[in-house]
Amino acid sequence: MRERIDCDVAIVGGGIVGGSAALFLRQAGLSVTLLERDWCGAKASGVNFGGVRRQGRPLEQLALSQRAHAIWGRLPELIGTDAEYVRSGHLKLARSEADLASLVAYRERSRGFGLDLEIIEGEAFRRRWPALGERAVGGSLCPEDGHANPRLVSPAFARAAAALGAVVREQTAIERVEKDGGRFVLLAKRELAAGELEVRARVLLNTAGAWSRRVADAFGEAVPLESLHPNMAVTEPLPRFLDVNIGVEGGGVYGRQVLRGNMVVGGGRGFALDPDRARPQRDAVLTLMRDAAELFPQLRHAHVIRCWTGVEGYTPDRNPVIGPSRTTPGLYHAFGFSGAGFQIGPAVGQTLAELVTAGETAMPLEAFRIDRFPPAPPDNP
Amino acid sequence: MGRRIERGGVVVTAELPTAKLPTAELPPVIVGAGPAGIRAAERLVAAGLRPVVVDEAARWGGQIYRQPPEAGGPGGGFTRPKSALYGFEAGKADAVHRAMAAIRDRVDYRPRTLAWNCEAGALDLLCDGESLVQPFSRLILATGATDRVLPFPGWTLPGVFTLGGSQVALKFQGCAVGRRVAFLGTGPLLYLVAYQYLKAGVEVAGVFDTTPFAVQARAMAGMLRDPSTLAKGLLFVGWLRAHGVPVHNGVRPLRAEGTERVEALAWRYADGREHRVSCDAVAFGLGLRSETQLADLAGCRFRFDAADRAWLPERDGAGRSSVAGVYLAGDGGGIAGADAAELAGERAAFALLEDLGRPVDAARVRELDRRLGGIATFRRSLNAAFPFPADWAATVADDTMICRCEGVTAGALRGVARSGQAREINRAKALTRTGMGRCQGRMCGATAAELLAQALGTGPDGVGRLRAQPPIKPLPVAATPSPLAGARSGREVA
Repeated sequence: MRERIDCDVAIVGGGIVGGSAALFLRQAGLSVTLLERDWCGAKASGVNFGGVRRQGRPLEQLALSQRAHAIWGRLPELIGTDAEYVRSGHLKLARSEADLASLVAYRERSRGFGLDLEIIEGEAFRRRWPALGERAVGGSLCPEDGHANPRLVSPAFARAAAALGAVVREQTAIERVEKDGGRFVLLAKRELAAGELEVRARVLLNTAGAWSRRVADAFGEAVPLESLHPNMAVTEPLPRFLDVNIGVEGGGVYGRQVLRGNMVVGGGRGFALDPDRARPQRDAVLTLMRDAAELFPQLRHAHVIRCWTGVEGYTPDRNPVIGPSRTTPGLYHAFGFSGAGFQIGPAVGQTLAELVTAGETAMPLEAFRIDRFPPAPPDNP
Repeated sequence: MGRRIERGGVVVTAELPTAKLPTAELPPVIVGAGPAGIRAAERLVAAGLRPVVVDEAARWGGQIYRQPPEAGGPGGGFTRPKSALYGFEAGKADAVHRAMAAIRDRVDYRPRTLAWNCEAGALDLLCDGESLVQPFSRLILATGATDRVLPFPGWTLPGVFTLGGSQVALKFQGCAVGRRVAFLGTGPLLYLVAYQYLKAGVEVAGVFDTTPFAVQARAMAGMLRDPSTLAKGLLFVGWLRAHGVPVHNGVRPLRAEGTERVEALAWRYADGREHRVSCDAVAFGLGLRSETQLADLAGCRFRFDAADRAWLPERDGAGRSSVAGVYLAGDGGGIAGADAAELAGERAAFALLEDLGRPVDAARVRELDRRLGGIATFRRSLNAAFPFPADWAATVADDTMICRCEGVTAGALRGVARSGQAREINRAKALTRTGMGRCQGRMCGATAAELLAQALGTGPDGVGRLRAQPPIKPLPVAATPSPLAGARSGREVA
């Protein structure tokens, strides 16, 4: 038996981008069907580090990032939970004068976007963050950046969309997608019920994260997207010593302490078990523990209770693909966030909704065109 | 094999790159030095191999035959004869201990060592604060079991222990968990530990078995196939009664009462009559659950086992898992008890030898297979005699703590199930934090699955299983062997 759904917009992928697009499209009154192969927000959107950070992004992302900042500010009203979101500040540490100089340069370049970056160094830095000791010469603080619990935020967007009437189908994997005249036709396999699901829609959003190549390929848009796996670990709860979300200029370890006291740290890469699953890698775990203990001596006598990773889609230039298809009218892509999609995700969803309802957006998307890459060979999963 | 390297005054532990060692030259690795691990090692040694035996404890014997600390060593200084420590099992305990002692110089024995990860044909071992990569081509997992804990109101009060924990206190620390102890739950261990406590001179406030007497009596018929075990079981009960210990059947715990620590256990019979017994400790457990995390990380395929109400790594009759070169023996692959563990350990070693193309004693293999088959039959009867209290999930109160590490109640779990947010256990974990704390779901995972299944109107096989993630137990941040990180063996990053 085949179930048929006819709607305005079909969305493939129920992460934070697909979920928020569904929510904003429902707010605009369109009929929406959201298809998720796993559970909504269970992949990269739900297992990432949880940094809600504008600081450090390429300038071309900052308009979207500012738009997202406003959405994060009204989370409870939008999705019914604050999801442990706190505007704790994001502090990017400089371990050398050269790193500090590049933080200063970033502050200058990003002026006008409203990040309100503050460079703090020397004695003032040590007075303000005695817990960070002598391991940094200074840092750049973005006072209104923060962090949140991705496990709670990302599923909540799809749930809020469903509450507004979106049809949300989890455990439903797309088997075929094509355009039949003016309509997209999606054939999906339902894990929770017998038979197939056929969705017909005027518009199709490809928000399938690391698996977005499958849809893009189906419409002749080969994109060089690779899967990478951030390595993360969490300690047992510790006395509070850190109130800001920490990054390090030039990369390396990052960390935040949650309200319960657990320290969440990240750095290095896990490895793929298969295209769908990944696991932390032993060397990365041990290196991360060493680097984290060096940066946060408070961790020296703590235990790591869990390590994890996820599957994220990366593009060669580390900017996402966002915007209309160049081959197929009615198809829009948003994927390839290259490890930095969490904060910006809800604004991307809102922008996609604008593109669908108004046909245009004030957001600058030129840097995110899908046809900016040299042609790549098609994906053969 | 590990080696120590000194660089710039820093001692680090490294390993020979796996790729350069022909895998056939790697010694077999056994995780666990209980009855299964020891009998496996014994058989491999007899075949001329030198296995690595990794064990978390300071001395061999496993949980059931745990030895007290060595005299003169840390925590040593009390001596009790094996007859007092192991009761009717003293002979078996002694035989297992002696078996290991006899091969001690022919195994690479690693006590006080935690296998915290399994990745790409190698274990990660933690010993004395150092992490070491131990490659293997053959791996026998004899990881044992822990108590299955079914929470009831007050179970997190100081003074409430698991049956296994109470036994460890007695055998390893030479102390009791209280002066007057109530024993609650079901399963053979319930009577065994009560017996051991009484023998050690502790007052036993009573044995409170959740299984109705009629059910147990019916099931005894099946156990007649193994009269020695039946006799032993009856001996415990008879001995306890003869020493004035009240034995109650068909009991449901109401709550552990007390302010600073447990002062009484309130319980009722199925007909609703409520009772209260004063005690300063409660030892409770409802059977055992297998420690399967390493098998999961090793990539073994799992199946739901209705008898154990648990997801277990698949194994054939000889102990082969779904992963070539990985074998399972003893309670870690499914609960069957210590006698079966000894047989299964030896059988798994034979399977390993067969797979290496070595000659094996076919008559002995047939004998092991025959006896393991008999034990399987007996276990079915035992499961009938000590059934899982199937009404637990439906009756546990909303405010009862399920996940102790993260403070998650039964009500919170039911909430995500009934609102449609969680239809399987990993999703419930993500939304509620159940299983995210220090125990990583080793203690609470099974009960959370029972609750979720009940709330969703399905069986415990219908909500999936918690995925294992390293480290399988908390790993000290300071364990990092820093200078050589990155030069280690491992899989390429994708």
